[in-house]
Amino acid sequence: MSNPTDLKYVKSHEWVRIEGEEAVVGISQFAQEALGDITYVEIPQVDDEVEAGSECGSLESVKAASDLISPVSGKVIAINEELENAPEIINQDPYGKGWIYRVKLSGLPDDLLDAAVYEAVCAEESH
Amino acid sequence: MPYIPHTQAELEAMLGAVGVKTLDDLFADIAPDLRPRKFLPAEGMTEQEVRAKCERLAGANKQLLSFLGAGYYDHAIPSAVDALAGQSAFVTAYTPYQAECSQGTLQAIFEFQTAVTRLMEMDCANASLYDGGSALFEASTMCVRASRNRSRIVIDEGVNPIWRKMLATYAHNLPMEFVLVPHRNGAPDKDALKAAIDDKTAGVVVQNPNFFGVVADYADVFAAAHAVKALGVIAVNPVMQSVLKTPGAMGADIAVAEGQGLGLPLSFGGPYLGLMACTKALVRQMPGRLVGRTHDKEGRTGYVLTLQAREQHIRRAKATSNICSNQSLCALRCLIYLSLMGPQGLADVAESSMSAAHLAVERLTSIPGVSLLNDQPYANEAALVLPVPAEAVVRRCMASGHRCVPGYPAVRAYKGLDNVLVLACTEKHTAGQMETLVCDMARAIADIQADEAFAG
Amino acid sequence: MQTIFEKSVPGRHSLGLGPRPAAKKAADLLPAGLLRDKPARLPECSELDVVRHFTQLAGRNYSVDANFYPLGSCTMKYNPRICEEVSALSGFARMHPLTAQLDGGRTSQGAMQCLYELERSLCAITGMGGFTLQPMAGANGEFTGVSVIAAYHSSKGRDRRIMLIPDAAHGTNPASAAMAGFTVVNLESKDGMVDPAAVKEAIDKYGEQIAGLMMTCPNTLGLMELHLKEIVSLLHGIDALLYYDGANMNAILGKMRVGDAGFDVVHLNLHKTFSTPHGGGGPGAGPVGVCERLIPFLPSPRVGKNADGSYSFLPESELSIGKVGPFYGSFGVLLRALAYIWRLGGEGLQRVAEYAVLNANYLRVQLKDVLDEPFDRICMHEFVASAPHGMRALDIAKGLLERGMHAPTMYFPLLVHECLMPEPTETESKQTLDEFCQLLREIVAHGKEDPAWLEAAPRGLPVSRMDETEAARRMVLTEDM
Repeated sequence: MSNPTDLKYVKSHEWVRIEGEEAVVGISQFAQEALGDITYVEIPQVDDEVEAGSECGSLESVKAASDLISPVSGKVIAINEELENAPEIINQDPYGKGWIYRVKLSGLPDDLLDAAVYEAVCAEESH
Repeated sequence: MPYIPHTQAELEAMLGAVGVKTLDDLFADIAPDLRPRKFLPAEGMTEQEVRAKCERLAGANKQLLSFLGAGYYDHAIPSAVDALAGQSAFVTAYTPYQAECSQGTLQAIFEFQTAVTRLMEMDCANASLYDGGSALFEASTMCVRASRNRSRIVIDEGVNPIWRKMLATYAHNLPMEFVLVPHRNGAPDKDALKAAIDDKTAGVVVQNPNFFGVVADYADVFAAAHAVKALGVIAVNPVMQSVLKTPGAMGADIAVAEGQGLGLPLSFGGPYLGLMACTKALVRQMPGRLVGRTHDKEGRTGYVLTLQAREQHIRRAKATSNICSNQSLCALRCLIYLSLMGPQGLADVAESSMSAAHLAVERLTSIPGVSLLNDQPYANEAALVLPVPAEAVVRRCMASGHRCVPGYPAVRAYKGLDNVLVLACTEKHTAGQMETLVCDMARAIADIQADEAFAG
Repeated sequence: MQTIFEKSVPGRHSLGLGPRPAAKKAADLLPAGLLRDKPARLPECSELDVVRHFTQLAGRNYSVDANFYPLGSCTMKYNPRICEEVSALSGFARMHPLTAQLDGGRTSQGAMQCLYELERSLCAITGMGGFTLQPMAGANGEFTGVSVIAAYHSSKGRDRRIMLIPDAAHGTNPASAAMAGFTVVNLESKDGMVDPAAVKEAIDKYGEQIAGLMMTCPNTLGLMELHLKEIVSLLHGIDALLYYDGANMNAILGKMRVGDAGFDVVHLNLHKTFSTPHGGGGPGAGPVGVCERLIPFLPSPRVGKNADGSYSFLPESELSIGKVGPFYGSFGVLLRALAYIWRLGGEGLQRVAEYAVLNANYLRVQLKDVLDEPFDRICMHEFVASAPHGMRALDIAKGLLERGMHAPTMYFPLLVHECLMPEPTETESKQTLDEFCQLLREIVAHGKEDPAWLEAAPRGLPVSRMDETEAARRMVLTEDM
């Protein structure tokens, strides 16, 4: 698995890219594979406050649904509007064009995982 | 053995294959002290015995001349509805999870969804809910979910009291709060409704025609709701909907109905049919099954259950509703009925029922002391004020030789309206039956007045 | 196949199926502003157009009447025709439900007797104290039952918000509990059963926050719960209530009464155990039974029998949860179930469980070398198996459809890998079961050799495998979208 090493991850399979005061959030390759063809993404709205470890949206495929758990706390400042009509972008490019939302950070949990540790988590779950 | 085909030889062969001696050995996992000491004592009956018993019981229900409505109406049902919906390929199929062998049910539901949206002039409809009351509850929860953080539902007192009682039962343990806006002499108090809507309101719920039969336009009420980002919910009479202003035209976000009048017999309370339609923006908040059109591997058009991620078997405690079985066969009856009637036939039913109700009102208000409760427009149902308690009139009429049920005494659901009778007509009522109604009511009223004078 | 809307021809009209056109039109009776501005775009067809359309649609379905339908947890048994006949009797079908409330039931005695006798029969069958017939489906019954549990605790002044639910439960259980305001705590299964240790652990952790436990028994793996008595006594120890999900009641008719076993609340699926037809997804009926002390919490109205042999409505209890349905339940469905119970009697019902369990075990044994069976013990009315290594349950299911048999339930319960769950029911003959085993054997053998062949199944049906992703993404839910 090729999880970018410049990202941080959480056990609920979201990734976060810290960019100074801001952060971008998406779901991992492992998560998009587990869900299968994604058919709908419910995204937080701009100006919503999200909290690390709390549900802030959901993803649906034909046979499954998964909550979107925010890996960081902050105020949503942008969302990926293309996902509304083309949720398959997440399947195609989970770490790039499939980003979900951007926040102005107010808090960063201390248990974010780096790529190597996260890969171990995924390996564990695949068993 | 009834409905069990095994011969003795087969039984023995199968027990042998499983490796047990007796049928009862198969139940060794049930602890001996949990085995029943008693059970249903009745012996089985032959088919003819069952038929005879049921015919006797059916005959023990008296034939009545009824003007009862209250949300449930005795409309005529074309023969083809029973014949077509009774086909065993529909009746004995399961929920269409295996699409390839369920295209009949799936396409029918898709057509049903289309018919409901066109009747209501809304974007989407689901594959059915249990009945009008549970549909109203589901609509209320949609409002609460869609509002994200509001829990208040403003509801008009003219909404069917049976459904309001169901609503209270269903919402009892949920963070939902109902603000009841009193009717004004049987008519909706639209100013009060608008005044009750504020920025804590998730939705406003009205009914057209309302329980007293009053027809209104709620466009301004829904506009007031939208102004504070609340939703508008309307319960309609689906037969009258063929001629009345539609939920879509009024700007409603969710429309629900008791679908019984569309091809289902009254059958002493069910099975009935909950209709629900909504705007496209709300489709993912909708409870229950949905059928969508798609293609197979060869590119042929076909139908599948879709958006299932909203449902209990996937989302469990977070599902939009717990509903699993719905009223599929009732929805099929409704679709067949609508297909047979067409737009003109359904409008004929509505207009014929309305004409009958207007005639009944005209005739009944010629009885001294009988008048309409208000001067509002009405369709197939109307509220009359009698000079004596409506309960007493109904009791007397039912005891008369014609066993006439002249309507529903409003006091059963509305305190203080002792003398108000809500009466409904359908296209089945004949001129002769109307005469009987007028005669029996006039006599009952006169007799009660005479008794009162005597007692006084 | 074209839809009925595509077959519609503007101006075509089946005159006389509705009434004669009324002399007064809506426009004569109501102000224009209250009327719809154009007619509803409903189909415009002849009666024959409609008859042919729905006859052709019927030909595109599998059904119990035409195909073996071994769907686990659905109990697709034969639905006797006599039950259909009696439910359509005009003496029942024409009855307005409110009439009975207006005259104390005097003109509705036949129907009220049916309600009374069905309630008493269900009590005798389950060992419960009383039933409400009001719930309109199984899930609706679950909601009713857990609402009774909530009302019981709140009548005692308790705030109990937790409902324990085993991980293998049907999705309706947690959804119903949530609708009644409960927080769901999952219990992890052990050896395919509810684990008393997990129950103890939950009690240690949550104590008197626990309102009850919802159990399906036999459970969704088709296994009898062997620790039932211990679990019941653990929960009763903190006055939490036991809920019995009757989805699998067909397995224990006459062999165990849930009331005797200590369950406090039970719902039955009349469309499963009591043979009312499934109708392509309903209508069902989900009566709820309770032990004596919970009777006051049941929805109203219920019917009682008077000393003179007549029937009337019982007064509404102040503790009643209210109304979950508008009247007395889906009467037409209730009548079918009652006719079925009359036809079979106590002995016949007990035979139902015996032969349902025999048929399931016969299949289980015959299929041991075809599918992977995780539990090597006597099953109840259904069993779970995994597709053989490297094969998918989905492909095997579609292979069966191609050969004219409905597939078993697949991918439920989630605990079992590539799960198939057959439930043959008692009404199927040894010949049908043998044929099913033979087909399955052939499909698996052929599929192992030639996976592409199996992945292309089903062939020869109205459609092949559907693009469900397209359906969900494009969302064409009506002819107009």
